[in-house]
Amino acid sequence: MSKMPLLYSPKVLEIFKNPKNLGKMEDASVVAEAGSPACGDIIKIYLKIEKVDGEDTIVKASFESYGCAANIASASILTELVKGKTIKEAWNISWKQISDELGGLPSIKYHCSILAVGALKRAIRKYYKDRQRPEWLPEEETPEEKQALEVERLIERLYKGLEQVGT
Amino acid sequence: MSVKELLKSHGTPPREVYFDLENSPFVPKEVVEEMLPYFNKYGYGNPAITHKPGWEAYGVLLEAKEFIAKTICAESPEEIVFTHSGTEANNLAVLGIALKNRKRKGKIVVSAIEHLSVTFAAEYSSKLFGHEVAVVPVDEDGFIDPEIFEAYMSKDVFLVSIQTVNHEIGTIQNIKELVKIAKDYNPDVVFHTDAAEAYARLRFSVKDLGVDLVTLSSSKIHGPRGAGALYVRRGIELEPVIRGQISVEKLWPGAENIPAIVGFKKAAELAFDNFEENVKKMKNLRDMLMEGILDRVPDVLVNGPRGNLRAPDNVNVSFLYVEGEALTIELSLRGIYVSSASACTSRMLEPSHVLLAIGRKYEEAHGSILFKISRYHSEEDINYALENIVEAVKRLREISPIKGVKNE
Repeated sequence: MSKMPLLYSPKVLEIFKNPKNLGKMEDASVVAEAGSPACGDIIKIYLKIEKVDGEDTIVKASFESYGCAANIASASILTELVKGKTIKEAWNISWKQISDELGGLPSIKYHCSILAVGALKRAIRKYYKDRQRPEWLPEEETPEEKQALEVERLIERLYKGLEQVGT
Repeated sequence: MSVKELLKSHGTPPREVYFDLENSPFVPKEVVEEMLPYFNKYGYGNPAITHKPGWEAYGVLLEAKEFIAKTICAESPEEIVFTHSGTEANNLAVLGIALKNRKRKGKIVVSAIEHLSVTFAAEYSSKLFGHEVAVVPVDEDGFIDPEIFEAYMSKDVFLVSIQTVNHEIGTIQNIKELVKIAKDYNPDVVFHTDAAEAYARLRFSVKDLGVDLVTLSSSKIHGPRGAGALYVRRGIELEPVIRGQISVEKLWPGAENIPAIVGFKKAAELAFDNFEENVKKMKNLRDMLMEGILDRVPDVLVNGPRGNLRAPDNVNVSFLYVEGEALTIELSLRGIYVSSASACTSRMLEPSHVLLAIGRKYEEAHGSILFKISRYHSEEDINYALENIVEAVKRLREISPIKGVKNE
């Protein structure tokens, strides 16, 4: 396996230096996270949702992140992207969009933007858990949600496998 | 993606301290100046050719062998074989012996924390020749228990490869004892030790240790990259692992890198001048950095042993609740250059096998940072590093959703 240099775009470094919408949100409508400490990657997002012109709209978003620079930048850019969007619009944000907004992530870091989208989709699902599910929200898990879960599971499997070897 | 733009965004910090001597050397001016004539003024010929620049090159090659042989108490300069790196020397040791034993079934014994150039070479031998590779576990500080080691010995073991000092966690292994155990079982077993991390920081004698093959590397002692060496005790037979025109070294074809070898020798001379003083200085700075981190940053684990059985230049700690790659970048922005064994920096999404072997959990390995101390560092460097480590860890912990008891 050839090693790829972890060359970040200047945008990733800029956001790493000055992330936007950082920190816990006390009055969040919904909170969700993706990843695990074992993966070395967690993105936790906080959304404040209100009705604007009759539509459920994200009026505020913030994040916390445990992970590499790509992870922090993905989470930060996501909170900027969703702010002011209806939940329906936010649901359609793809990991590729996040990577593109960051000036292109190195391929080995795609999973960071996949996790960011995973956390967002999880938050949206959670929000509608006790509410009427809107028609646009698919009942079944979408491939992107599955992908985010897969990243988590993959690393956890690796971790458990190694723990067994160690004992 | 433009590197220039990335570097512009990074900027040049007001002060810079380079601690990443594990991954690339800082080569001091004296060493560079010593090398320069050998590019175009003197000894720039091929040492195997019969003309003046060739003989000059041959002359300095021999001088370098003599000097290095003396520093490890080898019997003859002929026992020093130059390669172009420590990785190559490790490959020559493991695969060279494996090739010699290709027709027999047999076992290679390595530890769980070897450099990957030993681990992967052993695995390759298994794939090519069907040799069995046995991996000896280590304890939580990276030490091999002699009794456990003994349990891995048998008549079919033809090669043992155990590092003198671990490159990540600085564990100093008792090689002499392990050699004795191995040779008691089978006097014909070949014992290789990768001493790239030990050389010029610990005094050792190949005769006293009883080892057959020893790896040394220029880039680990402030020499340039492009030069490594394998000590091959007289009488030990191994086969070359790469093929090509033989120059002086029969075991490593290709033209010798004379300027790098000259730099290697100069770097060794500088390290062995005032050896005790240099080591004492490194130990003081090492302890100052490690104790400073433990005093000032909560929730830190030391990776590797404490005290006299830790290499004088090694500081490796895990900062819990932060991820190592983010920390290397945060520290880089502050002019402190370190490396991490986190999965994110490995490009393979798996943390270091060394940290996992000493029982670190994934989340503990992810926050690991390796500092290599050198005699070129000063107390001011350490103080500057400490101040910035405290702030950098604090900042990343503020971003992190997982927090320790103390932080909540």
